[in-house]
Amino acid sequence: MTGTDETAPDLLYSAEEDALRTAVRALLTDRCAPSAVLADLETGRPYDPELWRALTAEIGAAGLLVPEELGGQGAGAREAAVVLEELGRAVAPVPYLSSAVLAVTALLGCDTDRAEVAGPLAELAAGRTVGVLAVPLPTAPGGPGAATVRADAAGALTGRITSVADAAGAGLLLVPAEGPDGPALYAVDAAADGVRTEPLTPLDLTRPLAHVVLDGAPGRPLAHGARARTAVDRALRTGAGLLASEQLGLAEWCLEETVRYTGERTQFGRPVGSFQALKHRMAALWLDVVSARAAARNAADALAADRPDAPVAVTVAQAYCAPVAVRTAEECVQLHGGIGMTWEHPAHLFLKRAKGDELALGAPGRHREALAGLVDLAAP
Amino acid sequence: MSDAADLRRRTAALLAAHPVATTDRLDFLRARFDAGLAWVHFPEGLGGLGAPRALQAVVDAELTAAGAPDNDPGRIGIGLGMAAPTVLRYGTEEQRRRFLRPLWTGEEVWCQLFSEPGAGSDLAGLATRAVRDDGGDWVVDGQKVWTSSAHLARWAILVARTDPTVPKHRGMTYFVCDMTDPGVEVRPLRQITGEAEFNEVFLTGVKIPDAHRLGEVGDGWRVAQTTLMNERVAIGGARTPREGGMVGVAAAAWRAHPELRTHDLHQRLLKLWVDAEVARLTGERLRQQLTQGQPGPEGSGMKLAFARLAQQLSGWEVEFRGEDGLTYDDWTLRRPEGVDFTGRVAGYRYLRAKGNSIEGGTSEVLLNIVAERVLGLPPEPRTDKDVAWKDLPR
Repeated sequence: MTGTDETAPDLLYSAEEDALRTAVRALLTDRCAPSAVLADLETGRPYDPELWRALTAEIGAAGLLVPEELGGQGAGAREAAVVLEELGRAVAPVPYLSSAVLAVTALLGCDTDRAEVAGPLAELAAGRTVGVLAVPLPTAPGGPGAATVRADAAGALTGRITSVADAAGAGLLLVPAEGPDGPALYAVDAAADGVRTEPLTPLDLTRPLAHVVLDGAPGRPLAHGARARTAVDRALRTGAGLLASEQLGLAEWCLEETVRYTGERTQFGRPVGSFQALKHRMAALWLDVVSARAAARNAADALAADRPDAPVAVTVAQAYCAPVAVRTAEECVQLHGGIGMTWEHPAHLFLKRAKGDELALGAPGRHREALAGLVDLAAP
Repeated sequence: MSDAADLRRRTAALLAAHPVATTDRLDFLRARFDAGLAWVHFPEGLGGLGAPRALQAVVDAELTAAGAPDNDPGRIGIGLGMAAPTVLRYGTEEQRRRFLRPLWTGEEVWCQLFSEPGAGSDLAGLATRAVRDDGGDWVVDGQKVWTSSAHLARWAILVARTDPTVPKHRGMTYFVCDMTDPGVEVRPLRQITGEAEFNEVFLTGVKIPDAHRLGEVGDGWRVAQTTLMNERVAIGGARTPREGGMVGVAAAAWRAHPELRTHDLHQRLLKLWVDAEVARLTGERLRQQLTQGQPGPEGSGMKLAFARLAQQLSGWEVEFRGEDGLTYDDWTLRRPEGVDFTGRVAGYRYLRAKGNSIEGGTSEVLLNIVAERVLGLPPEPRTDKDVAWKDLPR
């Protein structure tokens, strides 16, 4: 390849995006302090319903990717990315990526003139229903394997999908299945007969996981064949690209908190942040975070503008931002010393989310493999 | 104050009065300087018109289109980028009039005498002495190093110690040094690449008239800050295309030599490709911020990323090339006019890139700058701030 793309991406934030950030951050500061997230984990509920209601009903964040005529805000991937940055900074326990990004994008890939599609889309956009795309969380764009669910001619679905994020709290499941006429995408009500979710104990407690078991569950077909496949793939690509912004937000919090703490913590008669052994590590992380911002903005802008370059932008963003989030969270724990190892300090929430996010929607190595094909750097 | 239309008119008038086809190169450059079209943000009478710096592009575009000669900026970079802004800011009216015109036209090349064998990262510790004689002029003794263009230069900007009895930052003075003085000896400094881009400069009883002092006696550190700040101003200019620079060299090698590919090298190349693309985007984001008038602190980090990438990619390439990686093109002592980091062979690129994390501020010093000035982390305790320079351990 190597072609250079001539239309420059817009890597900054617009005034509207800044205003959206201010609103989301104010809400999260008020309702989602790290101590509140820790307390929420003990309740065992799949997400914080009051926070979700405020984020969706008051701010309208779940409808950003949905056109106004379909019940959304008519914004786009750049704005959703700003919301995800803030949710990452707060390691917020809400199903935004699952419902407002993955499920919404999958529905947008179907025929939205049909009521079976437009109906649930409007529900998801308003945040009244939580929807999930029923695929294992580590699924990368470009190659969801063969569907593990079969559909019969009457639309009854049978099979098992492992490790689906936010499934336990969802009202609507979007299920890729192998139907009588090939691949198809079905809508399944989570409360219907024949639907069972088996919650797992997740590494990242702020993003619940469950196996979904379908035993003759009633499904409504949303799309068939290539259209279904494309809708799922587009959802995964959008999810992976915007996940980079969540990872940016996680890393940003970890670095800020580490700088603040090491500037105050005194040992050997001076703030530990004055030692070069520590400050050089934080300076290196700063460069990582600054770079992650450019990569994440580029992916969001490419998705928003539907640039032909978007697959490269997304793989680059995931391959870069996932390890930055993990490294920053790991350094956050280490540079905090003993307090960073306690349950009481929120650093572990960020470490667990960062490590889970690294696997989500394709680990960095998968994205690099995909990149090799996209930029003509073939394997031996 | 000039606007773009006015500058176009003035440029057209210059071209009309001094037709490119029939005017001697130097005469044209002098006329351009006198018309205020050399650097439009400089004051009138000193090659400028007091116009916004961004409008220089308007003049340059018109002159390029007309086929006018330029002043070969690559050859006189230190004069243009470092000496000129300092002379403008701290020079007397007489000094500005004497030095700036031949500096800009390239009639007089400038070099920089700052670094010393004993003063690298800690530039303020420098030991070259300037002592005042009975007539009020100065006699300089010492040794400077890493001086590019010293063998071509007519003038040097020089920082020397004039008072060793006060703390180091306060006892320095800034001078313009005549490189043709018999006490100046220039020797090539051979690098690990075999060539000599730079020089060592030995100063023995060099005479500098007090009229060639820039700024007050003892104020040399402050004057030098202007010079050093301008060294880093140039970031954020042109956009880099994808696969520009060292990553393009590595990717081209990979594509050209399927027989040399291994899985391990593939994995590492992909990682470096991603890092290079993200560094490019980070530079692009910085450029967009500057264009919007919101300069970010990203610039401080760009050199760190550039140096690391250049080193890793060139090291990767030597390994990738196998038997060819074991050979080198030429170890003879060359004296190149400029430097091309991506030129010559893989071994040269690998060795030259080692300098990228040392020249213009080591990566360790840049990490300190990011940590203390960007992140606001507390500084290391200092033992040298309030001690007379002569009492510091050396």
